[in-house]
Amino acid sequence: MMIRAKLASLALIGTAIGSHAAWADSGWSELNMTRGVTDISRKIYDLHMEIFWVCVGIAVIVFGAMIWSIINFRKSRGAIPDVTLVHNTKVEVIWTTLPVIILIAMAVPAARTLVEIEDTTKTELTIKVTGFQWGWQYDYLDDGVAYYSHLDRKSDAARELLSGIDPNSVEHYLLNVDHPLVVPVATKVRLLVTGADVIHSWWVPAFGVKKDAIPGFVNEAWFRVDADKPGLYRGQCAELCGRDHGFMPIVVDVRSKADFAAWLKDTAAEQRQAAAPAAPATAAAGSTASLAAAATAH
Amino acid sequence: MSTQPAHAATHDDDHDHKPHGWRRWVYATNHKDIGTMYLIFACTMFFIGGAMAMIIRLELFQPGLQFVDPQFFNSMTTMHALLMIFGAVMPAWTGLANWMIPMQVGAPDMALPRLNNFSFWILPFAFTLLLSSLFVPGGAPAGGWTMYPPLVLQTGASFPMLIFAIHLMGASSILGAINVVVTIMNMRAPGMTLLRMPLFVWTWLITAYLLIAVMPVLAGAVTMLLTDHFFGTTFFTAAGGGDPVMFQHIFWFFGHPEVYILILPAFGIISEIIPTFSRKPLFGYEAMVYAVASIAFLSFIVWAHHMFTVGMPLAAQLFFMLSTMLIAVPTGVKVFNWTATMWKGSLSFEPPMLFALAFLFLFSIGGFSGLMLAMVPADYQYQDTYFVVAHFHYVLVPGSIFGIMAGVYYWLPKWTGNMYDLKLATWHFWLSTIFVNVLFFPQHFLGLAGMPRRIPDYAVQFTDWNMVSSIGGFGFGLSQFLFPYIIWKCVRGGQRIGNKAWEGAHGLEWELPSPPPYHSWTTAPTDAVIARGAAH
Repeated sequence: MMIRAKLASLALIGTAIGSHAAWADSGWSELNMTRGVTDISRKIYDLHMEIFWVCVGIAVIVFGAMIWSIINFRKSRGAIPDVTLVHNTKVEVIWTTLPVIILIAMAVPAARTLVEIEDTTKTELTIKVTGFQWGWQYDYLDDGVAYYSHLDRKSDAARELLSGIDPNSVEHYLLNVDHPLVVPVATKVRLLVTGADVIHSWWVPAFGVKKDAIPGFVNEAWFRVDADKPGLYRGQCAELCGRDHGFMPIVVDVRSKADFAAWLKDTAAEQRQAAAPAAPATAAAGSTASLAAAATAH
Repeated sequence: MSTQPAHAATHDDDHDHKPHGWRRWVYATNHKDIGTMYLIFACTMFFIGGAMAMIIRLELFQPGLQFVDPQFFNSMTTMHALLMIFGAVMPAWTGLANWMIPMQVGAPDMALPRLNNFSFWILPFAFTLLLSSLFVPGGAPAGGWTMYPPLVLQTGASFPMLIFAIHLMGASSILGAINVVVTIMNMRAPGMTLLRMPLFVWTWLITAYLLIAVMPVLAGAVTMLLTDHFFGTTFFTAAGGGDPVMFQHIFWFFGHPEVYILILPAFGIISEIIPTFSRKPLFGYEAMVYAVASIAFLSFIVWAHHMFTVGMPLAAQLFFMLSTMLIAVPTGVKVFNWTATMWKGSLSFEPPMLFALAFLFLFSIGGFSGLMLAMVPADYQYQDTYFVVAHFHYVLVPGSIFGIMAGVYYWLPKWTGNMYDLKLATWHFWLSTIFVNVLFFPQHFLGLAGMPRRIPDYAVQFTDWNMVSSIGGFGFGLSQFLFPYIIWKCVRGGQRIGNKAWEGAHGLEWELPSPPPYHSWTTAPTDAVIARGAAH
């Protein structure tokens, strides 16, 4: 694509500075927003590229006029200033109204996409997401499954100050968790996002979802992953939430509907069993063995 | 012409009333002395805040934690922002206002000299308080300069120091702004009508009104934080029926006009420098004034675009998206007018013009990314990433900071009577401009690729661009040492200049000798002199 080629050429300047790493798995190619794996994330990507090209177009014209002036109207080339050129109603009307028209043209598709994003009706699965210092809690409200999700142990060991562990040796450094959120493909999943202590923000770029997790508020968000795109998708907390803000990643494990149903059934049974002898009365509220274990762990 | 004997007559008085030694500075009531102190203060804070940025870029040079604890890293981002905004940029503007506004409107001094002294001397106390918080238990504030509750309420012993430092800075800004408004409204020479004023004066007048309007809002917000923390109120605590999002609304109602407080005086300076070095009057003077006024008005109705992800109603998001996009119109008018000023001009490229041109290109890039950020669905992906960091640094560093540097390089010969080392200043320009792009341009890529802001460590795929950015940061930081050195050298001596430092310069300040007399215009300039200065 054109943008890729253009940005890649920019990136080449960077490569010249020192890295000889293979292009494909190198950070140099990390230049643009992901297209993602949901209809909404692709619409957002398209909007992003549209407004980007509009900006490039305006920049070419405006910067072109500036560069033209710098080259051609130099005193050193004997340019004589035209001191009467201080006002031109026609031009001024054009450069005031034209931007208004461009902005309206941009606002319409943006508003349309926004209306779609805000439509949280007809969801098929509801999960409560609670951000806390520093991790996430996932609560499958209709199925009695709940658990915590933390930074995985390998990353956690490597991220200590002067740990001596090379981050490059850790798989998915800082982007891996112990228990990912599990969801099915082709299902409209509703998230109820809230915060336990301070404000966090649940962000998975591939889904085009970023929602603040605010104590006392329950925010709604939703996503529907393409049927042919099961897999692991990663994100991070996007709102400063204290010392370990940089260390509370999000991993979503998107499975086929059958796999998900099986996982949900197994996990629900597991959690019921584990909870039964300990605290049978509160099992419904999600106080399970894994929850308790995670709670003591942090 | 008729002003010359008047100066000669006042010259003796100047020396009679000029206090000497430390009293000249501590008891200062002279607008130039106070302006100088503001500028030195701003420069000091620029270097301290810059040192913090160097720590940030050092830690982010490669993945893993090599140098600092995450909590200290968060303190660095928080303090860097507070120092640069309240300690460097805002005092630098007030310093330039002090130096230039009386000279530009034909006045002997600022209207309220003792208030002027007070508003300056609050600042060293405010920043001593803020900086000493680095040494108290729990460390310096680390909740971000935006001070969002509930996080900021977890701050340790430095919490009240933060709040009172903000109160002091706010008080200083309000007093300074009142002084600017009163000076412009009451001290203009007869014949200096509002629409004859230079754009630096116009933009500062509007900035001063913005300051008076929003600094009390900030004071209110942080006072509520204070009572939430110490006196059991629950303004922002959900558990007590409060609302953490309300803080964000109040903060950004201050915060967005604040953004324009940081940039509008730069618009004024650029509007003076480009005509001077194009040897042509400013294109669309009145349109420029109206554009600044519209931007100031719009700045009050766009605040929630800083918080699209908090979960606002659809209608509110649409309103703030549209109002934000509208700002592009007057901003566009300004950029087009500057370009049209250069069109068919006769350009030369002395250091002030170089910085003004860099401003034109790079501020526009910040404007473009601002337009992208206004699109709510896209903002969901940009919000709180390095894309935002790149955006606001493009408007603040090659925007506000370059505006300040352009202004200093423009007026420094007037202040000292000496021309500075043009060659060295040109070096300062090229190094700053190249490194500022190496520093901030890759941050667009990082943000789009998914790197959140305010993190001390990152996933390995972000390594390469972070290294480039850090190299740019170190280069930019080191280049800045040229700036005080060039100024110091110029103060010490240099080629003497006449009234006008630049061939194409217009304005009352260029009608005064260089350096100007201690009490700038003891006799008001005549109408002919004013008309000659107002070139538009």
